[in-house]
Amino acid sequence: MHRFAKPSVFLKITAPILPWLVGATVILIASGLYFSLIASPVDYQQGATVRIMYLHVPAAWMGLFCYVGMALCGAMSLIWKHPLADICARATAPIGATFTALCLITGSLWGEPMWGTWWVWDARLTSMLILLFLYLGYIALVNAFDDPERGSKAGSALALVGAINVPIVKFSVDWWNTLHQPASIVRVDGPAVDPSMQLPLALMIFGFTGYYFVVLILRVRLELNERRIRALHLSGMFDDNGENSTAETKPYDPSHNAEASQ
Amino acid sequence: MTGFFAILQRDLRLALRQGADSVMVVAFFIVTTTLFPFGVGPEANILARIASGVIWVSALLAAMLSLERVFQTDYEDGTLELLTLSPVSLELVVLGKALAHWLTTGLPLIIAAPLMAVMLNMDPAGFGVLMVAMLLGTPALSLIGAIGAALILGARRGGVLVSLLVLPLYIPILIFGAGAVEAALLGVSAAAQLQIMGAILLLALAATPFATAHALRQAME
Amino acid sequence: MAVFSGSDLTCLRGERLVFGGLSFAANPGDAIMLRGRNGAGKSSLLRLMAGLLVPRSGMITWDGESIHKDRVGHNARQQYLGHQDAIKPVLSVRDNLRLWAQLRGVKDIDAAIDTALHALEIHHLSRTAGRYLSSGQKRRTALARILIGETQLWLLDEPTVGLDRESCAELARLIADFRAKGGIVIYSTHIDLAVDDPALLDLDEFAIPMVEWLQDQDAHEQDADPEYDLDTDAPQLAVPSDRQGAAQ
Repeated sequence: MHRFAKPSVFLKITAPILPWLVGATVILIASGLYFSLIASPVDYQQGATVRIMYLHVPAAWMGLFCYVGMALCGAMSLIWKHPLADICARATAPIGATFTALCLITGSLWGEPMWGTWWVWDARLTSMLILLFLYLGYIALVNAFDDPERGSKAGSALALVGAINVPIVKFSVDWWNTLHQPASIVRVDGPAVDPSMQLPLALMIFGFTGYYFVVLILRVRLELNERRIRALHLSGMFDDNGENSTAETKPYDPSHNAEASQ
Repeated sequence: MTGFFAILQRDLRLALRQGADSVMVVAFFIVTTTLFPFGVGPEANILARIASGVIWVSALLAAMLSLERVFQTDYEDGTLELLTLSPVSLELVVLGKALAHWLTTGLPLIIAAPLMAVMLNMDPAGFGVLMVAMLLGTPALSLIGAIGAALILGARRGGVLVSLLVLPLYIPILIFGAGAVEAALLGVSAAAQLQIMGAILLLALAATPFATAHALRQAME
Repeated sequence: MAVFSGSDLTCLRGERLVFGGLSFAANPGDAIMLRGRNGAGKSSLLRLMAGLLVPRSGMITWDGESIHKDRVGHNARQQYLGHQDAIKPVLSVRDNLRLWAQLRGVKDIDAAIDTALHALEIHHLSRTAGRYLSSGQKRRTALARILIGETQLWLLDEPTVGLDRESCAELARLIADFRAKGGIVIYSTHIDLAVDDPALLDLDEFAIPMVEWLQDQDAHEQDADPEYDLDTDAPQLAVPSDRQGAAQ
């Protein structure tokens, strides 16, 4: 059942993982929120607004993580032609787009007290904005076809092309912008963030990642079940045509298939 | 290479017979560019300041506008199906089509660009670099755009969709294209920007035909 | 061992099962006529044979080698005629055909086009632009295309659409000539085309009710994995038992 993406195998693998994943995500995000909102120190310059960072940075991380995930799914779909890869990419896009939008919104909220303006053409914010455009293009393309499978395949190709482009876009935006802050999380000489801020940040990042996988599994399940239902519809089983709908012992008529499929 | 030259010859012949397409692209470019003075006012120094950006943005939009027809008509009348069934490399066919698209849209834009630069009061020092930058940038626009044009085959509202797909991918070309002219106007060497644009063009030449051919095969399934 | 053959082909279009378990075989000089109701998959089968589609399962081979191994080679030996005529309205008939001759690497292009146009009796139209052609003339131009270049396989999807009786007889003669030279012709048609004893392939015989097929696939998976338990939230096929009985 290649074309229908071995739903039972997918479900079988994910069913026992899901409750644990949900539990871990809830614990991670709850403790992350506790440490970031209550137990973490206030920045000596920024005051309490620094707490936006605990949402902003993980959201930015997720925006990039989801795009990389989509591109990997696109590559797998290209190489192994496994439909589950298309479905995963398709299910990832709205999650990634939401996180990217969240990153932009929190960035804007953070920027208002920091820079005195809602939006600056800061290199990293601008790159995230372009990433959001890439997500929106993907979502629009995937949904523009009557045949959902064709949409998924086209989307996978686009995700790959986009992934090749992301570093070029990043580079050119960095070049274009001279007013950006230096990267502060990952640096060659170790993180510059205060150690007391690292724990909540790490908790939130792991929590967000866990949340992503929970939602991904649920969305893929949904998609698989939808496909199943469409397949059954095409098979002519739900022929709600007068007496048929009562599901009486009507002999199966092969011509249903041929006609319904037109 | 037979496929490349055959399709190039056919597309150019088609473009000549229904010549309105190229003219329309240039007309769109000129009209869009002339809208900016109405928007920002006719002060010469403001126009001179934004001229390179305006010309590049208008060229981007004009090139994008003509993308839809690169494969759409061939797709609709069954030609594309036969092209994928021809005993030639589809990648070279794609390259031929991209070159034909550039010759019929990019090249006229390059010729029209200095005219618009004059109207926008740009310093003549930037003209040469503007044309060189467009010479390097517009073929990349055609090559990258071809991917988008192939992906939307069979989609609803393909024309709007292709702009959403392709414009974010055009941003680096816009940045370096406008940056090169800016540098020339400031009296600095624009070599770095032009070299990066050349690199982008080479990368596009090497990579996009495969992506586009893949998308076309998908569209035929 | 047949030259051109396919075995155990299953075709899915989108998410629709078109046919399954289909096999065919053809040797030089053979003709296969595809029959079946609308949606039985005649066009899909021809597209599978052309290599435009990839079968869900099964293999199509030429001389024992899968056609997807060497696509350019397969394209070089086949001519495919689809529903559309692929004629550009602004180009003359000759210019329309020229592209296909060039792509096939034909040496003497004009002579090849002349021969093809004469064979279909449309030589007088060679300078006419595509937009002035009637639908029958367009179809004959499309047929002229398949005469250009040396090929061994014709895949004709409804070649008679838009053709009058005389043209149909003409087409039948072309098919006979091609078979006499060792060509294989596989075609679908609604009307009778006077082709000498073609092999019949009735696609209705290979229509699988989708319900059965889905169950079959599920059964295979459960066979392979005895530990699989029928969890309530797993989307098993909830086929009403009475229907299930009827389907088997």
